[in-house]
Amino acid sequence: MDKLLTISGSPHVHANESVKKIMYSVIYAMIPAMLVSLYFFGLDAARVIVVSVVACVLVEYLIQKYLIKGDLTINDGSAIVTGVLLAFNVPSNLPTWIIIVGAIISIGVAKMAFGGLGKNPFNPALVGRVFLLISFPVQMTSWPIPIPKFPTALTDAITGPTPLGILKEGLLANKSVTDIMAAPEMPTYINELIGFQGGSMGEISAIALILGAVFMFVRKVITWHIPVAYLGSAFAFAGIMWLVDPSYYANPLFHMVTGGLMLGVFFMATDMVSSPMSAKGMIIYGIGCGVITMVIRFWGGYPEGVSFAILIMNAFAPIINNSFKPARFGQVKVVKK
Amino acid sequence: MKTFKLGGVHPPENKFSSEAAIEVLPFPKRVFIPISQHLGTPATVVVKRGEEVKTGQLLAKSSGFISANIHSSVTGKIFKIDAVMDQSGFRRMAVIIDTKEDEWNEGIDTSDDIIREITLGKYEIIQRIADMGVVGLGGATFPTNVKMMVPDGKTAEYLIINGVECEPYLTSDHRLMMEKGEEMLIGIAILMKALGVKQAMIGIENNKPDAIEHLSKLVKNFKGITVHALKVKYPQGGEKQLIKALTGREVPSGKLPIETGCVVDNVGTAVAVYEAVQKNKPLIERVVTVTGKAAKKPSNFMVRVGTPITELIEKAGGLPENLGKVIGGGPMMGKALMSVEAPIVKGSSGILLVPENEAKRVTVQNCIRCGRCITVCPMGLEPYLITQEVIHQMYDKAEADKVMDCIECGSCQYTCPSGRPLLDYIRLGKSKVGQIIRSRGKN
Repeated sequence: MDKLLTISGSPHVHANESVKKIMYSVIYAMIPAMLVSLYFFGLDAARVIVVSVVACVLVEYLIQKYLIKGDLTINDGSAIVTGVLLAFNVPSNLPTWIIIVGAIISIGVAKMAFGGLGKNPFNPALVGRVFLLISFPVQMTSWPIPIPKFPTALTDAITGPTPLGILKEGLLANKSVTDIMAAPEMPTYINELIGFQGGSMGEISAIALILGAVFMFVRKVITWHIPVAYLGSAFAFAGIMWLVDPSYYANPLFHMVTGGLMLGVFFMATDMVSSPMSAKGMIIYGIGCGVITMVIRFWGGYPEGVSFAILIMNAFAPIINNSFKPARFGQVKVVKK
Repeated sequence: MKTFKLGGVHPPENKFSSEAAIEVLPFPKRVFIPISQHLGTPATVVVKRGEEVKTGQLLAKSSGFISANIHSSVTGKIFKIDAVMDQSGFRRMAVIIDTKEDEWNEGIDTSDDIIREITLGKYEIIQRIADMGVVGLGGATFPTNVKMMVPDGKTAEYLIINGVECEPYLTSDHRLMMEKGEEMLIGIAILMKALGVKQAMIGIENNKPDAIEHLSKLVKNFKGITVHALKVKYPQGGEKQLIKALTGREVPSGKLPIETGCVVDNVGTAVAVYEAVQKNKPLIERVVTVTGKAAKKPSNFMVRVGTPITELIEKAGGLPENLGKVIGGGPMMGKALMSVEAPIVKGSSGILLVPENEAKRVTVQNCIRCGRCITVCPMGLEPYLITQEVIHQMYDKAEADKVMDCIECGSCQYTCPSGRPLLDYIRLGKSKVGQIIRSRGKN
């Protein structure tokens, strides 16, 4: 035979799966939330998303080309995911230059400095978000009030607080939860579920995020472990505190539909790179995220704790990986006959 | 429906040749019979150059506890005894025979009559199995007679018959169950007698409903044998996974299946045992599937051991234009062949012709820590972690993370979205850790 055969170790077949496919599945899953943000925040939302994505991809490209001088991997879609997530985590009226700073921190510091895709210990978009939140607290917390923009006004004018912000302010002013909930600026649960609430661009509509999450479940990009453990523990913790003192602690349902919980649970806590790998580990991690989120919401200085909770648990992921090994086959004692 | 719990994948089945009846392949002008076709010590050659041998005559005899007899698969004159490249790419000793007209050795029953009555006793059966060179035909080629000798202090409770054929593409066991069902069941009854067990379970994945139905009918005439349909999931044909699926028992880490009271044999082995015990016929031929996306005519052949693979490919439509890779065995665990001149041996279950566009591996990317390798590992290992430990030569850590438990099924690498060569590193780790463990024993 004059033709050379390929020699390689088994297995000789490969599942029809790749990093690119996973990343694009996440991007598709974010489309519903993206449409909601366009609906409520109009052209400003489009501006933030485009700037964030272009900046993230460009930063990764420049670092790979001129600093690392390695292979270009920008077409795997991971920088786009980070870009969209960063956009989702900021208000729609954020100045363009601040978004670019966020992208440089997200990709440059949180991802590429550690070695690029797969090497980052913390979720890049969250690092960027928290950096911006601490550095530009005013710009990062003046949320435009969501008003359907099409077909009339295309940009925002009025800003207002988020439901969690209203709650925190009220509690600091020694009002009871019942009074705070009855305040005119507090949206109803249904409105919060749909998206009529102040907040960062991508986090306002729980329904749109859940829709995207269902898609990721179907495509097997995420498993049930982290979302269920996260939501379950947050709900249980909020529920217990609510039963203890309903005048100081809000209804757990309120906590489920407000703030960045749904965005965090489905799109950021489940980030493969920075979360633990075994089923047991993922459940521990999810519970940790849920508890820390609620601790910050109840007793912390910030009204919202999702970003911090996930980043803190990201730091624990290696320890969790080491401590909670998967169930090995053959570790059972044999029943002697 | 029964299956094993931990891990597993479901690659496309692509059983192109499942309807192709077994064709007897005429033996070629020259055969190459390696003297090591089994797990263990190579056999010792008992014939000389120039000698005339008949079909079924002993060529090399078992040398050691774990070893097996090798018989001539053809009639002819020994051209020479020399090193020949085998399917693993190494040059190993083989008896090369120029063939003549087929003439079987005396005492071998070559008729098609089915002999149902089992006259031999337990030890005679085991001796006969050893004499006839029967080894496990599922791929590991462990000498069957050794498996039949239950160690002191252990008792065999179940005989598990592996008709799973979980490897994609391969259909040799499937065809054997369809065409030699009764012989197989008699073989199982013989094995049950040799082991002293009352129950035998045949596990078949439910992508072979015809085989399940066929054997379920036949099995009514046999006491203690049951047929079990299993959910399709790779690597169910691994003996530990099969025992788990059928009995719910787990073979302890580092131990043999007998710890759970089970002995596992392949369906092909059962047929070989039938032929050895009832017909006095040595293991000199087997069913081989020739298939793959590049195969012109996917087929199942009854092939004499020692036949060069080219003969099979020729009969299955010839070498395809777009051939990129030839695999001995299935796509998940088979070996890529360096040469299609290598001979068929006792453990060859299939020859897979892979087209060029599927021959190369995908591009390797960074691990994105998705954890899918953990999810699919049927042994509950962490392939990503073991891989890193092996890369950094942390063999003590790899040992603690149970690298030696790996059954090399390849599910991790199959499923890895980053296309990482996980199994390559794990194999390296197994060999290094194995060396360390052995050197520890010497001190």
